[in-house]
Amino acid sequence: MRIAVCVKQIPDPAAPYELDPETHFVVRPEDQVLDDTDRYGVEVALQLAEAAGDDASVTLVSMSPSGSLQGIRQALAMGADKAVIVDDASLRGADALTTSRVIAAAIGREGYDVVVAGTESTDGYTGVVPQQIAEVLGAPSLTFARKVEAVDGKIRIERQTQAGYDVVEAAPPVLLTVTSGAVEPRYPTFKGIMQAKQKPIDTLTCTDLGVTADNQQVITSVDPVPARQAGEIVEDEGEGHLRIVAMLEEAKVI
Amino acid sequence: MVRYELSDEHEAFRKVVREFAEAEIAPHASDWDRRHHFPVGTVRKMGDLGLFGLPFPEEYGGAGGDFTSLCVAIEEIGRVDQSMGITLEAGVGLGINPIATFGSKEQKQRWLPDLVTGKALAAFGLTEPDAGSDAGATKTKATLDGDEWVINGTKAFITNSGTPITSLITVTARTGPEEISSIIVPAGSPGLTVEPPYEKMGWRASDTHGLVFDDCRVPAGNLVGERGHGFQEFLATLDDGRIGVAALSLGLAQACLEASVDYAKSRVAFGAPIGRNQGIAFQCADLEVMVDASRLLTYRAAALKDAGRPIKQAAAVAKLYASEAAVTATRIAAQIHGGAGFIEEGPIARYYRDAKILEIGEGTSEIQRLVISRGLGLPVA
Repeated sequence: MRIAVCVKQIPDPAAPYELDPETHFVVRPEDQVLDDTDRYGVEVALQLAEAAGDDASVTLVSMSPSGSLQGIRQALAMGADKAVIVDDASLRGADALTTSRVIAAAIGREGYDVVVAGTESTDGYTGVVPQQIAEVLGAPSLTFARKVEAVDGKIRIERQTQAGYDVVEAAPPVLLTVTSGAVEPRYPTFKGIMQAKQKPIDTLTCTDLGVTADNQQVITSVDPVPARQAGEIVEDEGEGHLRIVAMLEEAKVI
Repeated sequence: MVRYELSDEHEAFRKVVREFAEAEIAPHASDWDRRHHFPVGTVRKMGDLGLFGLPFPEEYGGAGGDFTSLCVAIEEIGRVDQSMGITLEAGVGLGINPIATFGSKEQKQRWLPDLVTGKALAAFGLTEPDAGSDAGATKTKATLDGDEWVINGTKAFITNSGTPITSLITVTARTGPEEISSIIVPAGSPGLTVEPPYEKMGWRASDTHGLVFDDCRVPAGNLVGERGHGFQEFLATLDDGRIGVAALSLGLAQACLEASVDYAKSRVAFGAPIGRNQGIAFQCADLEVMVDASRLLTYRAAALKDAGRPIKQAAAVAKLYASEAAVTATRIAAQIHGGAGFIEEGPIARYYRDAKILEIGEGTSEIQRLVISRGLGLPVA
């Protein structure tokens, strides 16, 4: 079973980041980390590969400036076999559709039975890339999986819904998206970290893939969340509860 | 060029262990300490992460890593919980190391796979009620009776000796008038009594017991290394362990530094953060110096070990300095935190209680000074 996992290197969410004032793109530092939500996808892929046996392979597929490759090595250290990175200056600020076409081309070039992705990236948040990849590849997409297993040559998932979950299955080739919390991502071991140094990382350009950036979306402005207003402090002299009830009624929450 | 930094891979590993420690250990450390609770499940998770197998060959399930990576792990676990730090340090340095270094092929095959994966823990029974630093005064005796050793005696302060996953204790015993040997005693052997855990001032979540051997019989093949070489063997084991304790001490000093700087920035007195006062700021500066020096000494000793160079002097220097610095660091941290450092709601009081043993365990400060002064060629007293 050939498993491709979509992963993304993003600026460390714990560190302050900058936006380019002209383009509104995130200014990407040299050292980027693995998007936390991708760890679930990598874990699901590794579990599928382990269940499938020795000839299964897990390939990471990513589109981003390579930088120090720190984030990619994090995922390799978890146990993925190799990585394919599409790093091309023309893809800077690529919209979701361009991104999907590029990643689909890279996955198609490698060959795949199963594509695993998170539900959305933590920095871009468009939330549509996995489904678009499936569309470009012509594969069914099993979305919002909270549980994944390979049964009788098919991939079966439990799709998280508001009311509960649906059991959905499809035969490979198939794409699935994995919710955070679906599995407990493993920590890389020291052995894994050392092995990650030796694992192949292929870097491709748009020319290698025969694709061109064709951005149809533009971010016109980025506005911060309004700062929280200062709260009101009520001195309780026995009547505090009445004031609270009045405020809650005013806010129409009771 | 001389490198004063760890490799990228060691730093990447540090991040992983820190994340693990902060998620799996830090939230519970205070509770385990209060209840004197040894968290078996967490130790198993440390095993899953490969921490117990770091410096051991892959042949037995180890990580094929190095001693430096083990020190990184001990430092990072010790930064959030000294009890779990010593559980790791003693599990590897005292438990696994004698068998991995001096054990026979059969002994390694039987015991190592579970030990290096943290499914089991081993202990090292050296100290006795009347023989600690003076290990030559060991009274426990082992007599060969047919194809069995018969062991009689008492051991004291033995870390990891009574956990639910303890598989063996390597015991030092007199096997002749002038000879000491090391013998593997499997947990549950008839004639072995594990006494109730000690009520300790610190390291409360770590497992420590006295042991009584009353005609305890084990197979003759359980002798580790050569008969009569027990003394030299455990001295070599202790050299490694000292670097581990230095790393554990470093983790504690680092925790004190971080907590103290945060507190000095946020605690306001007389209308300004207390860190604006030089009386506080300079104490933070002293902590930084101690942490830096402990780090350099610890990782220098680890690098010598990894390079196969002599470590006796470097290990003793690192252990002595880092453990004494850690004790000082907890005193400074408690002073900076004032009343908040004296109550058990925060971690500082626990750090303070955990520190003292670092100057005692695996060779007291006095023994380290003895080793170092002998290394200088001074006459032996």
